[in-house]
Parts: sequence; C-alpha cells; structure tokens
Amino acid sequence: MATLARELRVSYAFVERNFNLVKRYWALEVAWFIYSVAHSLAMGFIGAGMARVGGQPVEADQLVLYLLIGSLVWSYLAVVFDAIGEMIAWERWEGTIEYTFMAPVNRSTHMIGSCLFAVVFGLIRTALILLVVVLFFQIDLSGANLWAGATVLAVASISFVGLGITASTLPLLFPERGAQMVFIAQTCLLLFSGVYYPTEVMPEWMQAVAQVSPATYALNGIRAALLEGQGIADLAGTLVPLLLIGAITIPLGVRIFTAAERYAKRTGRLKRSG
Amino acid sequence: MIERIVEPAVTLRGLYKRFQPEGISPWRRFWPGSDGPPRGLVALDYVDLEVQRGEIFGVLGANGSGKSTLIRLVATLLLPDDGEIRVFGHDAVAEEIAVKRMMNRVSVEAAFFKKLSPMENLLYAARLYDLDPGAARLRIVEILGGLGINEKRVFEPLEHMSRGMQQKVAIARALLTSPVLLLLDEPTTGLDPRSKREVQEFVLQMREQHDTTVVLTTHDMEEADRLCDRIAMIADGRIIAQDTPAGLKRLLSPDGNVSLEDVFMELTGHGLEDEPAEDARILIANTT
Repeated sequence: MATLARELRVSYAFVERNFNLVKRYWALEVAWFIYSVAHSLAMGFIGAGMARVGGQPVEADQLVLYLLIGSLVWSYLAVVFDAIGEMIAWERWEGTIEYTFMAPVNRSTHMIGSCLFAVVFGLIRTALILLVVVLFFQIDLSGANLWAGATVLAVASISFVGLGITASTLPLLFPERGAQMVFIAQTCLLLFSGVYYPTEVMPEWMQAVAQVSPATYALNGIRAALLEGQGIADLAGTLVPLLLIGAITIPLGVRIFTAAERYAKRTGRLKRSG
Repeated sequence: MIERIVEPAVTLRGLYKRFQPEGISPWRRFWPGSDGPPRGLVALDYVDLEVQRGEIFGVLGANGSGKSTLIRLVATLLLPDDGEIRVFGHDAVAEEIAVKRMMNRVSVEAAFFKKLSPMENLLYAARLYDLDPGAARLRIVEILGGLGINEKRVFEPLEHMSRGMQQKVAIARALLTSPVLLLLDEPTTGLDPRSKREVQEFVLQMREQHDTTVVLTTHDMEEADRLCDRIAMIADGRIIAQDTPAGLKRLLSPDGNVSLEDVFMELTGHGLEDEPAEDARILIANTT
C-alpha cells in the first residue's frame, strides 16, 4: 500500500511537469487548438456540403455530427499520442532524458504519470472543440447522451494509452525520426478504424484489422451515444472490448517499452551521441 | 568533520563496454560480408576500480577515452557488455532502483526544460525522488542561494540564465536529493574561473558536510590536483595508472616536482585535450 502511495506521488511529478510545460508553451497550445477547430470545422462543412455535391438529400445535422466525431477522436488521439510520444522525443531534445531515466522511478509509474496528464488534457481540449463546433454549426445535441460519449472516450483512453506507450518506443529507438513515426502509427490506426466512414466500406482484410483496433469501438460507441442517444448500459458491447483491449495493451506496452529501454541502454541510444 | 567509514562506495570488476558503429543494417550484424562482422569501438576494456566511501575520486582522460561511458554505466544509463558494477554493495544492473536512490549526476551540459524556471525544474526532480514538495521548495531556494543565485531568478525561465548559472542549477538539482554518491562528468567545463572555483568549493563542502562520495571526470589538471584524493588515468578504455595525485607525480619524478599533465603525457604519449587518432583506438576487427 505504501509502495502504491509512493508511486502515485512520484507519478504526479510528470503531471505537474507537463502542466508547467503547457503553461509555458501556451501560445503553441493556442495555435494547435485553432488548428484542431479549423480541421473539425472543415469536416463539418464537408458534411454540410454533401447534399449539394451528391445531388441527393441527406440529413445534414447527422452527417456533420458523424464526421465531427471522427475529427474529435482524431484530435483527441493526437493529443494523447503526442503527449506520450513526446515524453521521449521532447526529453531527448531538451537533453533531460538521462536525468529522468536515472531517477529512481519505475517505468510504469513514469508512463502512468505522463499518460494521466495526456488523458485529462485531451478530454478537456476535446470538450472545448466540441463546444466551439456545436455552437458554430448550431447542432442540436438534445438527443445526444454526452455523458455516455465521454465515458466511452475515457474508457477508450486506457487502450490508447497502451498503444501510445508502445508507440513511444519509436523515438527511443530512432532518435531522429521516431516522433514522426508515432504520427504515422496514429494515422494508420484511425484509417483502419473508420474515422470518417463506416468500417463496412473498407476491404475485408482491413475490416478484420478494425476488429482489434480500440479506435473502432471508441468511434462506434461515441457515435451511438451522440447520434442515437444510447446510454452506458446500451454500450456494453463497446465498453467491454475496450476494457479488454486496454487490459492487454497497457502491460504489453510497458513490457515492450522496458525491452526497448534495455536495448537503448545496451547500444547507448538514450543519448544520441552514444 | 565527519568520521569516515572505510567501505567501497563504487566497485567495478572486469567492466567492458563496446559500441557498434551507427548506420549498420541489422542483417549486416548477423550475416557479415566478406570483410567480416561490423567493427565496434571498445569504450571500456575490462576496467577494475574501487572508490572508497567519502573519497573524491578523479578520472582523467582525453576526449573519447571512456570517462563518460564509465560515469554513465555507474549511473545506470548504459548496460555493461561484461563485468560488474556495485554501488555500496548493490548491483547496478540487478538492483537498479536501489542504486538510483543513492546517486545523482551532473554532466557537462546543464540539461533542463529550458522554458521552465529553476524552481519548476528542481521541484520536478524532487518529486521524482519522492521528496516532500513543501520542504523541497525551501531547500531549493536555500541551495541556489548558497550557489549565488538570488530568489528572484529562481522563478524565471532557465533559458534567460547564463551557462554558468545553468550549471549551478544542475549542481543544485544533484544536491537536492542528498546523494551519497555524486557523479560529476566534467562539471566545470566551459565555466568562467569564478564559477569554476565556486563549484569546486561546493564539491569539497559536500564531502566535508555530507560524507558524499564523488567520482569526478575532468580535463582540468589543476582541478583534479586540488580536489581529488585519488586519480585514475584512463586511455583507450583502459586504466593506465591509479594513485593519489602525489603518488602519480612520483611515477615520473621521485621528488614529485612535475605536473599531472606531464605524468599523463608520459604515460599515454598525448595530451589531455588531444583526440586520440582513430587507429590508436581499440577497434575490433574480427570478433570471431
């Protein structure tokens, strides 16, 4: 119990540090927020313009919200993956990586602290983007179950964190291009998960991959909550797989990261010059 | 003055570390071509060393001689290919966390989140070592004050500080965790004479007041002579001589009336600032 309390206290070091960094880089965060809002608005306009492009009547509000959910999950996943991936890339850039790795901190504590901040920050940021876009398009959310949608996103975060930890081995192993690889991994994950389209439109082999992607369940669950107003009880079919995937990906991610750390220490890659 | 207990603080036995060259593809490592397996650079070549508790132990060597590799192996930032590292009896590989709790390190670059203030950076370090944040805040101001950094600067971004001041903050970070083993990897390189002297005073103070064991790598012969109880000279990854500064000087002249640089040059054939020629390094041409 005392050990757990200690690990929780120590994990707060990463939460506070990341909060301080966001505070100091506030202008960058504002710019990044504007970019995400612009992206979501563009997706909204695609939805709104579909009737004109296709010449067929469509439920514009439903389509806008459908695409908007994809855009919000994309933006949320970007924040979480960035924060976790950057955990290594940023520290390497600042040169602090050796000091963090030299501290008496279990790697799981290190990961959990960094991820905790990423998830809370990502959830707040996503809620703000949703607010801006809903006000802009005057979307009627009276039938949406926002709490159920937020719950799905929070539960999905467990799996995203596991995948993020695995992805963060890339900047550890590839100092020059690792951060960009994380971005590619995130994009591929969304491509296979039906970010702006139903997974049924993809080839069968891609649909098979979608079955094991937590983003598929997250997108389906959030769409069911916001478009159909389904409650948490109705979303068990989404939440249970998300929890199962999370239960696998987090310990697996930590194990992979630990193995990558040992490799980095054996080859001298913690410091680029070796 | 603290009464010293004689016990080994750091023990290195048969320590060997080799780095593979960059840019070698994975299959080239496993399926060598006609010119044999990839070459590697031996950074440490079966080093044996023992540092006693409370000692200031110097490691002198030219660039690329293996000094920093030695420090980073003890700091658990590298894994040895062979041999053993013990810190106060704990195995640095098997008991990594226990070893990490006892030590801290200051390197030649003051690595920080430069947008953050010294207070934010040091509080982050304090939390990593599970120190009480309230007590740590007071101690941070106290340590930095002792190093000549006034309270106002403690809350300004580090990027506004000079290199010398940043290095003092790096030293404060190490002191904050009250390490029993302090690894100093060229801590005064690039500092002005006054800052250098202040850092050196602090190192002596740490040993006198807190019984801290210090392993110091340096290029600076005067610094080594002034601070170190014993010195190991390292060249091409091998310890070539090890004694007190006076003992080392007597290797060259019975009356000891020579400098450490003279001794180093005599033993290695080149000066401390010289980069050893590539062919002088120990290259593994064929490991089979």
